Amino acid sequence: MITSILFILLLAAGTTLFTINVRKVRRNILLGKETERKDQPGMRWKTMARVALGQSKMVTRPIPAILHIFVYVGFVIINIEVIDMFVDGIFGTHRFLSFTGGLYNILVATFEILAFLTTFGCAVFLIRRNIVHVKRLVSKDLTGWPRTDANAILITEILLMTAFFTMNACDALLFNMGSHHYNVAFANPVSHYLMPLFSGMQEGTLIFIERFCWWFHIIGIISFLNYLPYSKHFHILLAFPNVYFSNLKKKGEFTNLESVTNEVKAIMDPSFMPPPADPNVQMRFGAKDVTDLSWKQLLDAYTCTECGRCTSACPANITGKLLSPRKIMMSTRDRLEEVGKNIDANKGEFKDDGKSLLNDYITPEELWACTSCNACVQECPVNIDPLSIIIDMRRFLVMEQSAAPTELNMMFTNMENNGAPWQFSPSDRLNWTKE
Amino acid sequence: MKVIHNHHSTIIIHTMENQTSTTDTQTTKQPLVVPTMADYMAKGESPEIVFWVGCSGSFDDRAKKITKAIVKILNHANVKFAVLGVEESCSGDPAKRAGNEFLFQMQAMNNITVLNGYDVKKIVTGCPHCFNTIKNEYPALGGHYEVIHHTQLLQDLLNSGRITIEGGSFKGKKITFHDPCYLGRGNDVYEAPRSVMVNLDAELMEMKRSKSKGLCCGAGGAQMFKEAEKGNKEVNIERTEEALALNPDVIAVGCPFCNTMMTDGVKHFNKEQEVKVLDVAELIAQANDL
Repeated sequence: MITSILFILLLAAGTTLFTINVRKVRRNILLGKETERKDQPGMRWKTMARVALGQSKMVTRPIPAILHIFVYVGFVIINIEVIDMFVDGIFGTHRFLSFTGGLYNILVATFEILAFLTTFGCAVFLIRRNIVHVKRLVSKDLTGWPRTDANAILITEILLMTAFFTMNACDALLFNMGSHHYNVAFANPVSHYLMPLFSGMQEGTLIFIERFCWWFHIIGIISFLNYLPYSKHFHILLAFPNVYFSNLKKKGEFTNLESVTNEVKAIMDPSFMPPPADPNVQMRFGAKDVTDLSWKQLLDAYTCTECGRCTSACPANITGKLLSPRKIMMSTRDRLEEVGKNIDANKGEFKDDGKSLLNDYITPEELWACTSCNACVQECPVNIDPLSIIIDMRRFLVMEQSAAPTELNMMFTNMENNGAPWQFSPSDRLNWTKE
Repeated sequence: MKVIHNHHSTIIIHTMENQTSTTDTQTTKQPLVVPTMADYMAKGESPEIVFWVGCSGSFDDRAKKITKAIVKILNHANVKFAVLGVEESCSGDPAKRAGNEFLFQMQAMNNITVLNGYDVKKIVTGCPHCFNTIKNEYPALGGHYEVIHHTQLLQDLLNSGRITIEGGSFKGKKITFHDPCYLGRGNDVYEAPRSVMVNLDAELMEMKRSKSKGLCCGAGGAQMFKEAEKGNKEVNIERTEEALALNPDVIAVGCPFCNTMMTDGVKHFNKEQEVKVLDVAELIAQANDL
């Protein structure tokens, strides 16, 4: 009875805290500017099914793809087991789902096999990060917290799975003993091998270990859920909406800046009347800070799990330039978090902190190294678009600060004067026909 | 590690110095017929397609050869085409990629005025950057055209039998194709250049990073017009290395910028005698001895 109340309180606290944090993330994302990403729902659902659910973009790197599938399927399916534990926790039942009879054997056996594969996957991931040192997983982008975050996630998952196996092993021993309350037989193809470790223990000790593991597992899951909004691991939830709201256009197409269109039309046609500007929206060409980006670009930042496929395919990064598309996403999230905290601290109003995404987080040198080749966009397994952020920030540098590299300014001048990026006379355009 | 300094500028200067030179190493067998839109207009006719030459194709000495190869093929296939000539202006791509949306839109709207004035329906470009910009970014500004890249036109001409290739001079040669970013990833066109080259009876080889995984030549995003940022290698050297590892006779390209970058890369490795960098259009024109 007391344990039930304790459990319910814990569950309520966990979900409340999670809801509060998710709402903050949602508010932060909605600080971004409007962008049309709700058209073609059919196409969007299909893309989500293929890319997020089906992980179609992971397969290009088969080893991490298979390991990731283990952890991913494990995560999704083992959630059914959590239902079992939740009902037991609330009503004090034991293995509630056992009413399914023969099916329960299949269920627990499946959970155990998946839990084993998850553990295996996480262990190999830890090895790849800390022993094999896979290049994209040890890059300087990840110095400090991101590396700790990655290891914490993997270790937590291994601990959760270990608790699950230990719990099942002790439960099976208690069943064999005929212990009161432990009255459900279940197939345990993996934890079966752990049973010798605990056999010979007193009934009370076994019950203690079993209960400890049960609480460890369930508290672990609730804590892990609440860790997500602070972690790169948030991708397990955000990958789905993020892919749903993907850019469905050709990657080569860059956004059209309508504010510029109005000005250009007014220059070309004096009778053109631009639509009245919204006085509540600060007019700015391009992006200086996170609030100049679109909500989708901000959602991208929260979705990024820092796998580094983008950076490992980036021609600028490969040849030693400062640019790393992954770091662009990480910087965007870091700055957005900072802006969010600022809003929280100032009663819902952002107070100028003299900082911005540009310069304080992302330097012009990074932005000017990009070849706009779209390799980063192509590589991202969850359809994040670092390139669009780079271009929006270039737009700010060029149009608001006239801060393009000198050679580019020369190119602009040539184009304005001659209609070509080089200094040739437009009247010579057909000279090639006579040569 | 030796880093080529200022290689884009070198090319640009080189082009300007030679601007008055009229020598073309390839002897033109038949004079090129290059009608302009204004010519058609004067006759009250309209062409099948407008050939958008692009700034490189008009002014860069190396790219002009690609332009001529395309025209030779168009003439050979009796395609009723026209160029805009002096009425053509930069598509605005480098301005847009560099973040100068004003300049881009000025260029785009001026071009759209010219194109719409001639009631243009279909455009073929000699450059994937013009192709992408006109196809994808002009519609929002009022320019709606069917736009194809020249490798797609070549594919159409081959499929419809308007041109044929019987092996020719590239039979058995080793050719690897370098995907231009704005044709490949940018617009998902991977097969057109390859299906055209199949007709050469050559040995087509793929680099490890090809198609959607293709590595950029280093010129995109307006990098063509500036020094690369500080790094430990030039992108074109990285890419050329990968191509040369296949020991090809020809590195095929479909973009004048890629052509410059890969040509520079091949020179860097002193391989210009053994390895040619040629546009797909040049391959087809040369195979047909045009």
